[in-house]
Amino acid sequence: MLYRENGQFKTTYAADQQIFTIAQDKWFVLGIVAFAFLAVPMLADEYMFRAILIPFLILSLAALGVNLLVGYCGQITLGAGAFMAVGAYAAYNFLIRIDGMPLIGALLLGGLTSAGMGILFGIPSLRVRGLYLAVATLAAQFFCDWAFLRIKWFTNDSSSGSVSVSDLSVFGWVIDSPAEKYLFCLGFIVVFAVIAKNMTRATIGRQWMAIRDMDVAAEVIGIRPMYAKLSAFAVSSFFVGVAGALWGFVHLGSWEPAAFSVDRSFQLLFMVIIGGLGSILGSFVGAAFIVILPIFLNQFLPALGGLLGLHISTAAVSHAELIIFGSLIVFFLIVEPHGLARLWAIAKEKLRLWPFPH
Amino acid sequence: MGFFIETLIGGLMAGMLYSLVALGFVLIFKSSGVFNFAQGAMVLFAALAMARFSEWANAALGGNSLFLANLIAFVGAGATMWLVAWAVERFVLRKLVNQEGATLLMVTLGITYILEGVGQTIFGSEIYNIDVGMPKEPVMMFESLFEGGILINKEDFIAALIAALLVGLLTLFFQKTPVGRALRAVADDHQAALSIGIPLNRIWVIVWLVAGVVALVAGIIWGSKLGVQFSLATVALRALPVVILGGLTSVPGAIVGGLIIGVGEKLSEVYLGPMVGGGIEIWFAYVLALVVLLFRPQGLFGEKIINRV
Repeated sequence: MLYRENGQFKTTYAADQQIFTIAQDKWFVLGIVAFAFLAVPMLADEYMFRAILIPFLILSLAALGVNLLVGYCGQITLGAGAFMAVGAYAAYNFLIRIDGMPLIGALLLGGLTSAGMGILFGIPSLRVRGLYLAVATLAAQFFCDWAFLRIKWFTNDSSSGSVSVSDLSVFGWVIDSPAEKYLFCLGFIVVFAVIAKNMTRATIGRQWMAIRDMDVAAEVIGIRPMYAKLSAFAVSSFFVGVAGALWGFVHLGSWEPAAFSVDRSFQLLFMVIIGGLGSILGSFVGAAFIVILPIFLNQFLPALGGLLGLHISTAAVSHAELIIFGSLIVFFLIVEPHGLARLWAIAKEKLRLWPFPH
Repeated sequence: MGFFIETLIGGLMAGMLYSLVALGFVLIFKSSGVFNFAQGAMVLFAALAMARFSEWANAALGGNSLFLANLIAFVGAGATMWLVAWAVERFVLRKLVNQEGATLLMVTLGITYILEGVGQTIFGSEIYNIDVGMPKEPVMMFESLFEGGILINKEDFIAALIAALLVGLLTLFFQKTPVGRALRAVADDHQAALSIGIPLNRIWVIVWLVAGVVALVAGIIWGSKLGVQFSLATVALRALPVVILGGLTSVPGAIVGGLIIGVGEKLSEVYLGPMVGGGIEIWFAYVLALVVLLFRPQGLFGEKIINRV
């Protein structure tokens, strides 16, 4: 009853092509955004910001980028961590080597550099498909791990490849408290989510989806595979690169190449697959799931053990975490191979009738 | 010249070890279309089982017979891998028939976490040794031919022999036995195999068991070389370029790919490494595989990928 589009007539083409054609959707999303901007900074404490909210926002931005490539264009990538690293180190170099470089400029230039790398490592996708491509993208991962550890120029001659950034400020606004960092990231993610949503509705997104569904057929109807695939790699790497720069600058502050290891790539791929391939919402849900679950298990298991009168050692907790994490991934893939976003779509279908039976 | 040949032989031996891990990938991909990322975790799991069973059996026997203890441990570890194969088929694969490749890939990553957790919970997370009585001391050969001779590690040599033997046995198993023929039928076409009465579920258990035994052998060899520890699970990442270089569906491809990658890694590290700062062997293998893929997208020996609209 509550979620019905009855009576919402569209009288112009513009109204018909809105992002949210149903008023309830629009107000719901706007409400969440307003809540995130206004209420959360007042409600959350410092631990919430540092451990959950900021990582969640940045990783959802990265997951969004991965989803554009994997979910919308169908090119599996295991090298997303490398593009985060490229974004982070490139932004760092732009910031320290060019005098007076503004923070946002450095972040965006880091993203652009990452996009360039994405195009370079996307070239094999023109020849190689599917799982072969997935493994081939690992080349980017291991090459970047090595390059940032061994080539000293990238890290401003620091010995272990670790670099640090301090004094973040935008137009005189000094970003130092966790709440300010949170708002800064939130601003980025909202803008990028709108861009991503609009891209998937525009020509370029439709080309990606055509390539994903059947590349030979797409070619027959006049879509250039090279342009479509490489643009997907470039846009995806740009998103992931900006996320990497934010991860280094805002979340970590100082970091080394190990922060963007192959585990991070797997983690990002988990997010989009558990959240839902080819869904903007799915990127956020998946990121929330993967970020919050380990923290929850870490807090919950010792408490549970205490309740039962058992003392669980830290090693046992970390092993149990692995087992539960793995089992949940397997479980979710079995019950809903199309991801958590699909559950939300099903829920909306049900909501149209609820609470009436027919 | 002697040094070059020594590096070459070292590379070939290392390559045989990569092939062993790669074989597990190929076996499972061939027969079920699952790209099994858990192969590395299976190697770790099997090696952990072997190390601890051998320790316990040795203690139970009073330390009299190392051979008997190792035999018991091998059988025990084999049984454990059978259990793993059965559980994977029963609780995971059976429910995911007909899903996309990416979903199956992610599931095996989930299995990786479970195996790592369970393995370390049951068997402990210290560093263990596997002692199967392999000779450790290196020998000099061809001293008359080259100045200074060539240093060959006996252990590596035996490991390479075992790997070659295993490949021979697997080939026989695939080509000559009824079960092997059924496996090949399933690999060719699931539905056709079902229609002539091949039980798909049982075949999958067998394939995962065979992959488990291959992982066990790989685990024993790697474990006795480096010690059994968590980092053993990462050999999967070293074996991945081998699999795509050789072709995901080809057993000989896994062997040849392993040899190429092994030699390439060693030679590049020795001759190219110093120029760019060393440590390049990790990505060199991937770049090598990538270059080959640009010319042959299905790997050196893989079946040609045909796209139908």
